[in-house]
Amino acid sequence: MRRSRPGRTDGVFRLLTTVPALLVVGLVAAIGVVLCLDARLSIAAFGAGFWTRTDWDPIAGQFGAFPFIWGTLYSSGLALLIAAPVSIGIAVFLTDVCPHRLRAPLVFLTELLAAIPSIVYGLWGIFVLVPAVRLLQEALPPRIRALPLFEGPTVGVSLLAAALVLSVMVIPYISSVTREVLRAVPRHQWEGAYALGATRWEATRVALRYARVGIVGAVMLGFGRAVGETMAVTMVIGNSPQASWSVFAPQYTMAAVIANEFAEAVEDLHLHALVEIGLVLFTTTLMVNVASRALIWQMSRDRRRRLAQCPVAAETP
Amino acid sequence: MQIDILPRWLRRTMALGVLTVAVSGCSGADGAAEPAADAAPVDITGAGATFPYPLYSRWFEEYNRRHPDVRINYQAIGSGGGIRQVQNGTVFFGATDGPMTDEQLAASPEPLLHLPTVIGSVVPAYNLPEVTERLNFTGPLLADIFLGRVTRWNDRAIAAVNPGVALPDRDITVVHRSDGSGTTFVWVDYLSKVSPAWKEQVGVGTSVKWPVGIGGKGNDGVAGLVKQTAGAIGYMEPAYARQNGIPFGAVQNAAGRFVASSIESVTAAADGAAATIPDDFRVSITNPPGDAAYPIASFTWLLIRERPDDVRQSAALVEFVRWALTEGQRFAPELGYSPLPASVVERELAALERVRVR
Repeated sequence: MRRSRPGRTDGVFRLLTTVPALLVVGLVAAIGVVLCLDARLSIAAFGAGFWTRTDWDPIAGQFGAFPFIWGTLYSSGLALLIAAPVSIGIAVFLTDVCPHRLRAPLVFLTELLAAIPSIVYGLWGIFVLVPAVRLLQEALPPRIRALPLFEGPTVGVSLLAAALVLSVMVIPYISSVTREVLRAVPRHQWEGAYALGATRWEATRVALRYARVGIVGAVMLGFGRAVGETMAVTMVIGNSPQASWSVFAPQYTMAAVIANEFAEAVEDLHLHALVEIGLVLFTTTLMVNVASRALIWQMSRDRRRRLAQCPVAAETP
Repeated sequence: MQIDILPRWLRRTMALGVLTVAVSGCSGADGAAEPAADAAPVDITGAGATFPYPLYSRWFEEYNRRHPDVRINYQAIGSGGGIRQVQNGTVFFGATDGPMTDEQLAASPEPLLHLPTVIGSVVPAYNLPEVTERLNFTGPLLADIFLGRVTRWNDRAIAAVNPGVALPDRDITVVHRSDGSGTTFVWVDYLSKVSPAWKEQVGVGTSVKWPVGIGGKGNDGVAGLVKQTAGAIGYMEPAYARQNGIPFGAVQNAAGRFVASSIESVTAAADGAAATIPDDFRVSITNPPGDAAYPIASFTWLLIRERPDDVRQSAALVEFVRWALTEGQRFAPELGYSPLPASVVERELAALERVRVR
């Protein structure tokens, strides 16, 4: 590729873009440092055990993050399990199946879901989802209700209610990114598949396979959104710091405990433990993001290697 | 692409609005009726408890109408935040639902005066569609329910204090606050006084480790959960129970009578405890003596610096507090709070003399 010699405007341009980019890195580092400083009492008292301790007793001064980590990952994971297939379905429908006239209103409506404030989702969860979960639990046969995954008393506020609210909240994010990714699949991929006699479903599979790196990215974006959601979750999850496999059990998340207890935390250790929960949340999100980056990188490297062996596909960006 | 997305009339209106604000900000209180020594308005900031916030904001508004030169800005950020902010001087006064501990006072850079402003109560509210009568509870019974020892509504311990009531065979779902709160503090403070098991196992604080139950955020969160769940029992301020149409029980007081929360029974609680109130007013008045007293009640306090540098602000604040403790008390009942008994107000006015105003 030919490179022109950078002139003065290029220098300014570079500065204008480099500074904000570095600022972001600096900001992330600064957040980490401040969290560590403000959590020092708790870090000194509990060390790495903070991640695995299950006790949360502000009066006795015993703090552990495990039930909150568990609740956060469990609810977000379950939400993605529900939301990802639905979102991909929406995206495929909108790019390929949907009649042209319906497309614009449907796109608008799915994206509108992202514009609803989370407190409204929380209210909807309390008045609609929680009673629905209660009905569902009562309708299950006793033999199923005895399984560890479904055991417990019927209260309605539960991990499942939180996961359902979260799944609706992340659908617009996953589906709109997936839709963009599918639109970027070159036309000849679909056409090639059709030319070979593929059915619509088979052609879609080819396109999904082609776009899978982007789809993983979309799902990860949804995960980031789900992990950090506070208000809607705390209104329906039951806020009980007890890790359990049961989807009907009231549980707790990291973001929710910070929002709930921060304002009235009087003891220093309690305050520092809450900040350390923030640090744990920060670290968890970073780790998940790094893992997804690694996955995407791995997948795109595989694809590049395959594309290199296939001269026709290699022309595409 | 058009850049001006706002219609012209709207832009004009906004410009006018900005101008008006700027002008009124400069001129300050134009209706300064008082022949004050210096006419510049006094701005006082405070922060803290959320529980008395509806009453406080009413007070500040009413007081500002009478004294346009005094503007009080209060942020309901929670008692913990109120204590911290008044200690490090971010705000001029604080407010708290639980009195500061001795260690906190010792750590404070200057002496702080606790002044009770009003009394609130906490009630056990329940959802039992089958029961129409008001249920009775004893303190130890409430503690056992919240400890998870009494788990069904037709338990013998509940039936014993509710003769003649057909109690349903239902599971009890305990609902508590998930956020740290002064309401929780009052509730568990009472349970600790009447149940050694509670004191031993759980203790007293704005957030505690709940042995059983589900958590709702805020009084309205708890009320919502109780209202939705048949068989639920939760604690909340009575205003929220009334608003949501949730029945609440009577509680046996120290004199052995079953009393429900009302404006009068809560003021009676403070009156009953008056003899034991220390000079610094840091006292829990749960489970007080007195036949008519409702046992789960508490003061909420203002935290006032005794030796502030800014005597103008201090003088204005003291003047306001004097008004709130006397004339201001009449706004309490309509907002669901109980006024202070005269016995307490008198002592507070005397204590207010300690604050430096010049």
